[in-house]
Amino acid sequence: MSKPTPKTYLSPGHRGCAGCCDALAAKFMLMGAGPDCIVVNPTGCLEVMTTPFPESAWEVPWIHSLFENGPAVASGIEAALKALGRKGNTKVIGVGGDGSTMDIGIRSLSGAFERGHDLTYVCIDNEAYMNTGVQRSSGTPFDASTTTSPAGKVSFGNPRPKKNMPAIMAAHGAPYVATTSIGYPRDMIRKVKKATETEGPTYIHAHAPCPTGWGFDGSKTIEMAKLAVQTCLWPMYEMENGEITQVKKVKNPMPVEEYLKAQKRFKHLFTMEGGDEEIKKIQALADWNIEYFGLQ
Amino acid sequence: MAVNLEDKSKMVVTEGSYAVAHAAKVCRPNVISAYPITPQTHIVENLSKFMADGEIPNCEYINVESEFSAISALVGASAAGARTYSATTSQGLELMHEVLFNAAGMRLPIVMTIANRAVSAPINIWNDQQDSISQRDTGWLQLYAEDLQESADMLPQLYKIAEDKEVLLPGMACMDGFILSHVYEPLVLLEQDLTDEFLPAYEPEYVLDPKNPMSFGAFAAPDTYEEFRYLQEQAMQNALPKIEAVAKEFGEIFGRFHGGLIDEYRTEDAEVIIMAMGSILGTIKDVVDEYRARGEKIGVLKVRAFRPFPKEQIRKAIKDAAVVAVLDKNISIGTNEGALFTETKACMYNARCDIPIIGYTIGHGGRDIRLETIAKIIEEAKEVASSGINTESQFVEVREELL
Repeated sequence: MSKPTPKTYLSPGHRGCAGCCDALAAKFMLMGAGPDCIVVNPTGCLEVMTTPFPESAWEVPWIHSLFENGPAVASGIEAALKALGRKGNTKVIGVGGDGSTMDIGIRSLSGAFERGHDLTYVCIDNEAYMNTGVQRSSGTPFDASTTTSPAGKVSFGNPRPKKNMPAIMAAHGAPYVATTSIGYPRDMIRKVKKATETEGPTYIHAHAPCPTGWGFDGSKTIEMAKLAVQTCLWPMYEMENGEITQVKKVKNPMPVEEYLKAQKRFKHLFTMEGGDEEIKKIQALADWNIEYFGLQ
Repeated sequence: MAVNLEDKSKMVVTEGSYAVAHAAKVCRPNVISAYPITPQTHIVENLSKFMADGEIPNCEYINVESEFSAISALVGASAAGARTYSATTSQGLELMHEVLFNAAGMRLPIVMTIANRAVSAPINIWNDQQDSISQRDTGWLQLYAEDLQESADMLPQLYKIAEDKEVLLPGMACMDGFILSHVYEPLVLLEQDLTDEFLPAYEPEYVLDPKNPMSFGAFAAPDTYEEFRYLQEQAMQNALPKIEAVAKEFGEIFGRFHGGLIDEYRTEDAEVIIMAMGSILGTIKDVVDEYRARGEKIGVLKVRAFRPFPKEQIRKAIKDAAVVAVLDKNISIGTNEGALFTETKACMYNARCDIPIIGYTIGHGGRDIRLETIAKIIEEAKEVASSGINTESQFVEVREELL
């Protein structure tokens, strides 16, 4: 018998695309966090699509300031709640995309975590700057073709692997860091709940396939998210005080081709000469995850 | 500023930065967020000491990792209902640039002291006003202090103006770096009881609160964006009379008046009027006193509010002069003019008042401004009054041997 579904606090009627990963991620995040929170949302698809003035999809207090300052804004809110005697159990939650979190806002995020504010930060990682039209970020995976790392006659796309953001956040001494995926809602809801209930700065990195940016049908978002986990390209684990404490096992990992061939951003690997060798390199990344995190 | 006898008995000799930090303290801020940068550091160090000694109740001090986060943290804190304070200067203020627009657009009454300093390159830590002048279009109120006492007294005034429901704009209290921030002078430290009487607690109408969820900082398309900008301008216009009224009320309670939007010094019957902002006014007034002693009709117009820009008051103050010289510690490169000069000319153009106005861009990067230099400017202005403008705007005393 399944457990009752928690209430969410993101209203329908927002302007997300069909199958939008941000909408799913925000919905699951709020299911885990509950209503006693204040959300800080840096610039990105989620912000734009949920708050076309004078409408708002947010049923919890929400603020958007800029692209690169979400964690600093969250720090200020947390400090204000303490100073005004209103903190109680209210959790301040930052939620931003990979560009905002891993690139332009990393200084702000690092500062907020180093200072030890009582806040949770959720990175919705759809692996590129989707709001501006699918440009490469430091979350873009190896060999993905984006509009600023296009595959071409002499290029297989993005030349670098993803930045290991969870490790960076764990290195700040965060008491709780977890990776999750919108393909596993219960996992995400449980981890966000745990993060918001843990005192201090906690970090959730949610893998979130974007139909528009990755090139797959909007009905396949969850399927794509699951494939990333099942091919071991996206390991799901929890870290407490810097130590890995939980790992989601993948009994029979699928070959990475299954994941790659389903997305337009990797299509060139199956048509270009030398693509086979590139796929082997991506398989090696998955194999490293299997080994390092003990996924099997 | 005239010193009354009661004030004299309360005076202590202290540093400008201490007086400002003390003023910030008695305004009862809830969140202070700052990053160290010369010559602002003494202000935030003093505030840190007050915090360490438990002297600021109901307050959190955030040691952020950059000025960008200092002001960003205050955006969040202010939206959550806190009275907020920061202090910065120069590169720090320039780094805040993007957030300044944002704080103003969200109508958050954050108050910040600017210890005015030159901007890089070349790097230079000394005073001019290029830093805050460069932020004039960000939608912040800007007041410029003439002396140490005013730098401190400005804070409760600015909170009162910024938090007014018809204004709701952030504000900069600008004081010249080193010249005011690092000088020791006899002054009155703001009394807590009088400040409480003058400045009521901040009670915002809209706050981030799970009990009553609201969305701040929504996305505005072309069909709604323009009205937000219009309302910001309206708020600035609303601030004009408030700045005057608040300065008067401050005078009634504390016994000190530093001017409202402007302050006139010996301008009655003045044929030559020298206009400026900040600590340079003291030097100008000394020179003008000498001229007056010789019977020459020279006056000084202190511009205290640069945003909102007090067009009406300036027009009225200078319309009967034979010539006006405007001194700017800043320049808009490419116009060969300082901002106060350009804006003064602009506000006179349609006023049916054809008096010659000349500009001097002066004191860059902390270059000393001597009495002789002011006298030379006055002499040149007198010549313009009789024979017309030869050079409309110029640098003062450029060292030709370095060019």
